Amino acid sequence: MIAAVSHLGTVLAAGDFTSPRVDYHALAPEIVLAAGICAVLLIDLFVGEGRRWITSTVAGFVLLGAVIPVFTLGVIGSDIRSMFDGRYVVDQFSLVLKALFLLVGYVVVLLSTNEIEEGGYYQGEYYVLLLSSVLGMVMMSSARDLVSIFVALEFLSIPAYMLAAWRKRDAKSNEAGVKYYLLGVFASAIMLYGMSLLYGITGTTKLTELGAKITATGHFRGAEALAVVFVLVGFAFKVSAVPFHTWAPDTYEGAPTPITAFLSVASKAAGFVALVTLIYVAFPQAKDVYQPFVWVISVASMTVGNLLALRQTNIVRMLAYSGISQAGFILMPLAVAGTGDSAESSLRAVVVYLIIYAAMNLGAFAVVIAVSRKTRSGEITSFGGLFSYAPGLGVLMTIFMASLAGIPPLGGWFAKFGAFKAVLEAGNGWGYSIAIIGAVNAVIATAYYITVMREIWMKPVPDGDITPIRTPGAVQAALVITAAATIVFGVLPGLVSRYGNLTDLTGAFGR
Amino acid sequence: MEFIRDQNWLLSLGTFLPLAGVLFMLFIPKKNELLQKQIALGTALATLGVGIYTLTQFDYGKSAKLQFFASTEWIPVIKSGYTIGLDGISLPMYVLSMIITVLVMIYSWQHIPSPGNPKAFFILMLVLQVGMAGTFVAQDLILFFVFFEIVLLPMYFMIGVWGGENRQYASLKFFLYTMFGSALMLVAFLALFYKTGAQSFSIPYLIEHGGSIAKNTAIWIFAGMFVGFAVKVPMFPFHTWLPDAHTQAPTAGSVLLAAILLKLGTYGFIRIAIPILPQAALKWAPAIGILAVIGIIYGALGCLAQTDMKRLIAFSSVAHMGFVMLGISTLTATGINAALFGMVAHGLITGMLFFVAGSVKERYHTLEIKRLSGMLLQMPKMGWILGFCAMASLGLPGLAGFWGEFPAILATYSPAPGLSVELFRTLMVIAAIGTVLAAGYLLWLFQRTAFGNVSPEFAGNGNGHAHSVGAAANDEHHGTDDIHDVNIFEWLAWTPLLVAIVVFGIYPQLMFKVFDPAVTEMVKVFGK
Repeated sequence: MIAAVSHLGTVLAAGDFTSPRVDYHALAPEIVLAAGICAVLLIDLFVGEGRRWITSTVAGFVLLGAVIPVFTLGVIGSDIRSMFDGRYVVDQFSLVLKALFLLVGYVVVLLSTNEIEEGGYYQGEYYVLLLSSVLGMVMMSSARDLVSIFVALEFLSIPAYMLAAWRKRDAKSNEAGVKYYLLGVFASAIMLYGMSLLYGITGTTKLTELGAKITATGHFRGAEALAVVFVLVGFAFKVSAVPFHTWAPDTYEGAPTPITAFLSVASKAAGFVALVTLIYVAFPQAKDVYQPFVWVISVASMTVGNLLALRQTNIVRMLAYSGISQAGFILMPLAVAGTGDSAESSLRAVVVYLIIYAAMNLGAFAVVIAVSRKTRSGEITSFGGLFSYAPGLGVLMTIFMASLAGIPPLGGWFAKFGAFKAVLEAGNGWGYSIAIIGAVNAVIATAYYITVMREIWMKPVPDGDITPIRTPGAVQAALVITAAATIVFGVLPGLVSRYGNLTDLTGAFGR
Repeated sequence: MEFIRDQNWLLSLGTFLPLAGVLFMLFIPKKNELLQKQIALGTALATLGVGIYTLTQFDYGKSAKLQFFASTEWIPVIKSGYTIGLDGISLPMYVLSMIITVLVMIYSWQHIPSPGNPKAFFILMLVLQVGMAGTFVAQDLILFFVFFEIVLLPMYFMIGVWGGENRQYASLKFFLYTMFGSALMLVAFLALFYKTGAQSFSIPYLIEHGGSIAKNTAIWIFAGMFVGFAVKVPMFPFHTWLPDAHTQAPTAGSVLLAAILLKLGTYGFIRIAIPILPQAALKWAPAIGILAVIGIIYGALGCLAQTDMKRLIAFSSVAHMGFVMLGISTLTATGINAALFGMVAHGLITGMLFFVAGSVKERYHTLEIKRLSGMLLQMPKMGWILGFCAMASLGLPGLAGFWGEFPAILATYSPAPGLSVELFRTLMVIAAIGTVLAAGYLLWLFQRTAFGNVSPEFAGNGNGHAHSVGAAANDEHHGTDDIHDVNIFEWLAWTPLLVAIVVFGIYPQLMFKVFDPAVTEMVKVFGK
């Protein structure tokens, strides 16, 4: 919508104002969310303290309501709906990701309901901020202009900074929020610097024009390379790639666990969406710059993330480092995204990975939330003997851990398989080398996922406390959704693998 | 390649039927143990019924062709299909996996090892059955890979939860070794896919087009598959997980591991690696042969050094799988027929030996060979069954074990054209020495455990009525209560195996005639 304003500015400068065409159907998900944010805010004002839980229910319905237009848009046709001079585009690529963000938001609401209510936190504000952050993500998947990308990024990040510090009487949560905020702002600054350089060099902020103009001279200028790298660094922070990952473990540990789940899945996915859009639409000519850059941060992320995850004793920190390592795997295909044949399979690999990763990682966090309601502990050892007194949760956690480790027939295997297939398809040294490093890391990763399984199945119950775990209905629903998705995507990967066709995204390129 | 597509639902039914049982069991409370077991066994029996129906419907005249063939889209983006079929090579293993699952369930009826929980134990066995059967029917590399891996987690938990004292170490070792092997195998599969023009993962397609891969590339790809399958077999030097896993696994796990899981590796060689990349196989054959013979001798020497009965049987598996791999490495019809026969025979015999070991452990609470003696006096039937299995295992003519070993050695005399005759004849001689060692360690085991007088430690009268004076003071002594001869569940579980060992020993043609057409078709490319 900011894009509209900037567009308006140029039109006004030209002197003849015509109202930009607005495709209300295409914008319906955003409109529903915006209306929902207002509604939750108002409800929070007028209901009494005892009935604040209504905000949670409404937030859930708003998110599901916003999925409906996404669905109708997807069914109606594959034509690309381009608005505001091609700066805000609704195509199949963005629809898939919008649906992902909305559903992840819904699962996070399910996870939050009891946690936030029982914790005595501000409920109304919490859901307002959560919905705002999701709105930012939904915008991100359509943004095709540097300015709208930046606005979407801040829109999704600023509520997240606050949410991370939501447990405000807890020093760790404050640390989480401040750390996340300071490093996030720092990364934004670097990215803005890169964007202004890009604008200075090419004279445009529209991605498709950027893509045509960058390196139009035939050879790279230093400033161009610098600009591309700076912009990528900003998003490397968002996806917690090494060496821009240092915020992640502390923030994840300190934030309320539903927010940790949200950050590790949705916020990370949003960063990847921006990276993918930039790489495929704005920087296709700059592959000599971004490919080696992505190669290095991908290898660093999977290796460092793995080695640190091996040493963790806290389940949330372990999942934080595992998330860093998984980010390395998601980045892996982008390291060959500009190499001939593999462009297509790289894009698909990233999209498929994001979808499957969302299901299995949210599931893992859902189990952590359910178990910690009883044990009040974040240690991996608190899962000891889980199978003996809560077999359902034990089996579910086993499923999520095995899926994260990439063991068939659970979703994770297909995600990893797609990434490997993409880099091997490139058929060059960069591709082969990263495939080998990735394969070694995949085996290392199983070691720490299996540690959790071992606790669940083979270790004694700590303190012998085998009172059963009472899982609230909302968390149960979240568990069912994520487990079903994890299993179905693994057994029938064809369902998910159709998304992420290259033409879906770069179809907008020709306009 | 032609396929016979009649009754193409049959294999899917046989493979996935156990999941129906799992689904039922999930909704039945854990406390209702009897019902859990009944459903599990019922499902396994129904699955076996489907398997037997498959046996009757199989067209033995066309056993070289894939029958009950079905193929539909599965993951179109990566051109992988749900392609399944069964030919003479896979049929015996497919049905054997179902039989063993049923027998193991019968055996486990009263023998759920600590910490109990039959619900989980039986569910894991049913899941395991899906993975095993699926591996033998998959005709698509990705599908094969998925089934191959499904086996991993149930076995990991079976060893890790219900295993012996050192179970966690053993299960982790098993898991990481196999993971490592499968990672390389998957990379090799992908390489096959791209080097044949990125058209299909279907095994029949790749067999047709595998020849287009440049020879040096093919050798590397074969190397990747070699490691993946060799870990599973296990071949020397990838075998070190096996003694630990076998020793620590509960009896049911050991039997399944020995009877079926190890065969997934050798089956992979015969089904995938050799037919798709025959030229590379020819290059690798001497190395495989040498490693196989090292495995035979090393396994035998390892056996002679063991003090634990179960560990001894585990090492004997290394030796026996060495014979199977030696047969494969000759790349002749005789050799591969022998290997396939050896796979089934080893499944029956070593499965039986692990059953006996499990029962002995349950009665004496130890498997330390020097503490056991006089089993024939105390439990004559059990003792004689052990003797019978030892005879079968050492390759006594007239019992099934013989037909795995002898033709393998015979085939080594004249390997496929292009292989060094001198080398293989040397291997033959060494392998023959291996059979002598096998007789040595098995008879020595039998002699030490079954002959002689009952050791004073266990010298209660065997029915648990008479306690020696110091019994209460000595923990080990309570064991005499448990010492009784073969019980009804054991008879039910063992009789089919014992009968099969004799039947296939006397009339091996029963099985050879199933393999042979398929094998002959396969080795045509080697000119023999």
